[in-house]
Amino acid sequence: MHLVLFLIFAGLCLAGALNLLFQRHPINSALSLIVVMTSLAVLYLLLGAEFLALAQIIVYSGAIMVLFVFVIMLLNVSAEERTHGSRIAYLAGIPGVLALFAILASIFLSLTKNLGSAQLGEFLVTTSDLSRVLFRDLLLPFEVTSVLILVAILGAVVLARKEH
Amino acid sequence: MTAVFPALRILPEILLTLTGVLVMVTEPLLSAKISRKPLGVLALLGTLAAIAASAWQLHLPAGTAFFNTVQTDAFSVFFHLLIGGILLVTLLVSLNYFEGHSTYIGEFYALLLFSAVGMMLMTSAIELLMVFLGLEISSISTYILAGYRKRSAISAEASIKYFLLGSFATAFFLYGVALCFGATGSTNIYSIAAGVASSSSPLLLVLALGMMLIGLGFKVSAAPFHVWTPDVYEGAPAPIVGFMSTAPKAAAFAVLLRITYTGFGTMSHIWIPLLWIMAVASMTIGNLGALTQRNVKRMLAYSSIAHAGYLLVAFTAFSADGLAAACFYTAAYAAMNVGAFAIISYLSGYDERRVHLQDYAGLAKRHPLASAAMAIFLLSLIGIPFTAGFFGKFYVFTVAMHSGRWILVAIGLLNSGLAAFYYLRFLSQIYMQPYDATQDISEAPAQPAFVLGIAILVAAVFVLGIIPNRVLHLARASAATYFPGTGSNVAVHARPTPLR
Repeated sequence: MHLVLFLIFAGLCLAGALNLLFQRHPINSALSLIVVMTSLAVLYLLLGAEFLALAQIIVYSGAIMVLFVFVIMLLNVSAEERTHGSRIAYLAGIPGVLALFAILASIFLSLTKNLGSAQLGEFLVTTSDLSRVLFRDLLLPFEVTSVLILVAILGAVVLARKEH
Repeated sequence: MTAVFPALRILPEILLTLTGVLVMVTEPLLSAKISRKPLGVLALLGTLAAIAASAWQLHLPAGTAFFNTVQTDAFSVFFHLLIGGILLVTLLVSLNYFEGHSTYIGEFYALLLFSAVGMMLMTSAIELLMVFLGLEISSISTYILAGYRKRSAISAEASIKYFLLGSFATAFFLYGVALCFGATGSTNIYSIAAGVASSSSPLLLVLALGMMLIGLGFKVSAAPFHVWTPDVYEGAPAPIVGFMSTAPKAAAFAVLLRITYTGFGTMSHIWIPLLWIMAVASMTIGNLGALTQRNVKRMLAYSSIAHAGYLLVAFTAFSADGLAAACFYTAAYAAMNVGAFAIISYLSGYDERRVHLQDYAGLAKRHPLASAAMAIFLLSLIGIPFTAGFFGKFYVFTVAMHSGRWILVAIGLLNSGLAAFYYLRFLSQIYMQPYDATQDISEAPAQPAFVLGIAILVAAVFVLGIIPNRVLHLARASAATYFPGTGSNVAVHARPTPLR
C-alpha cells in the first residue's frame, strides 16, 4: 500500500518538476510547482511526518504559491523567449547531473542494509513533542530565523523601491 | 563548570541585533534631507560594544548554551573579534561613501550589522542547523549589499550572479547536512564526531562531507568554486567588497575548521587530499588569473582566490599549529584586503572613476598618503617581511612543512613569487609612472573617520607583522579548543557538557 502510494506520488512529483522546467509561461510553471509541493506533502505523510505534511500544504501549496501567482499576475509576465542555452550547460551540466544521480543511487542502494527502515504508524507527533523541539532544543535557531526574515524584508525594500 | 546565563554566550550577537533594529527604526524618523551619519555613528558604537562583549567572553568558562547550539570558547572569541574588527573598519571607511548617492544609507548600516550577526553565529555554532541559519543571514545580506549601487547595471549584475550561485552553493551545503544527519542521526558537531568514529556507512559520510565542502568552498571562493568572484567583486561597491571578501570568508573558514577538525576529525584521510587539491587549484588559478587582469578590482578578486588557497594549505596540516596558522592568516588577510579595497573606494569614489591599472598611474604625486597606505597593503599581500602578510605566510608554510606537505609548500612558495609580479606591477603604476594631468578627477578630502579606519588597518598590518604575540596567543588558545593540552592558559574542554 505504502509502496503504491509512494510510486504514484513520487512519479507525480517528478512529472510536475519536469513540467515546471519545460513550460514557457510562468503561470504554468507556478501551477506545476503546486503539484510538486502537494505530492511532496503526501510523501512526508507516508514517512510518518503528518505535521510536516500539513505545514507543507498550508504554507507552500497555499500561502507561498498564492503569493507567486499574485506576483506573476501583478507583473503581467508573458511567456519566456526560448534561447539556445549555453553549450557548457549541455556538455558539463547533463553528464554532471547524471553522474551525481548515479553516485547517490549507488550509495543509497549499497547502504540499504545499514540504514535500516523506519517504523511507521505507531506513534503520533503531538503538539507538546513539537513544541519541545521548537521552543526548547532549537530555541536559538528558531529566534535567529527572525533576524533572517528581517534581513530579507529589509533587502526587498532596499532593492525594490526607487532611489529618489 | 559554573553555570553561565545562556544569553551571555551570545551577547555580541544580541548587541549587534539590537543596534541593527535601532538603526532600522530610527531611519524613517529622520527627515529625508539630513545626513545619515548619526546612524553610522550609532552602528559604530554598537560594534564597539559587541567587540568589548566578545573580548569579555574570553573570561567565561568555555561551554555551550541553548541546548548545545552555540559554544563560546577561545576559537569563537577569536573569530568574533575578527568579524567585529572588520565590521568596525568597514563602517569607518564607508561612513561617507554613500552620502548623497543613495536613499538607503540607514538600511545599509542595518544590513551590515545583521550580516555580522549571522557570521558571528556561524563561528560559535556547533549545531549545523544554526550554522545554516547564520550562513543564510550573512549571505542574503551580502547579496543585497553587492547590489547597493542601484543605478549601475554592473552592480545589479554582481548582485544577481552572487545570489543565484550563492543559493546554489547553499543548497549543496544543506544537502550535505541532510546526508550527514542521515548517516549519524544528528546535526550537532560533537555527536557527528562520535557518529563518524563509529559509523557503518562511511560512503554516505564521504558524500555528506563532499557536499558541505562544495558549499563552503563556494563561500570562501576556493577553486574550482571560484567563478563568481571576479564578476561580483568588480560590480559590488568597493567598501562592501572589502567586507565581503574577508568577514564571510572568515566565518566560512571557521565553520570549515569545526566541521573538518572536530566533526570529521577521524576521516582526515578523506578531506586532507580534497583540501590539498582545492588549495593547489585556488593558489594557481587565482595567481594566474590575476596576472592577466587590467581591472584593479578583478585583479584583487583573483588575488583573494589565491589567498583562500594559502589558507587551505594551513588546513591540510591538521594539527594545533595548523589551526592557529589558519586563524592567524584569516586575520592578517582581513587587515590587508579591507585596506586595499578601502583605498580603492576612496580614490575611485562612488561612481568608480578609477577601475583600470592605468587610471592609477602616478597617483603617488597627487595622493601621497593614500598611495603610501596602498603600498603597505600591497606589500603585505605580497608577503614582505615586517608585514602581516609575511608572518601569516611564514607561519602557514612552516606548519605545512612540519606536517610533511613538501609539495604543497613548494607550490605555495612558487605561487607567492608569481603573485609578487602583479602586486608590484600595480605598485609601480602608482609610483613609477608619470601622472596624467589631463584626467580631471577631483576627490572629496578624506574624512576623519576614513583616515581613522585606514590608520587602524595600517597599524594592524604592522602589529600582526612585527609583534604578533597577542594575536598569536589567542590563535593558539583557539587551537587548544580542538587539541587540548597544547600550551594554553585558557580553560577549554574537548567536549563541553551542556549547562542544563
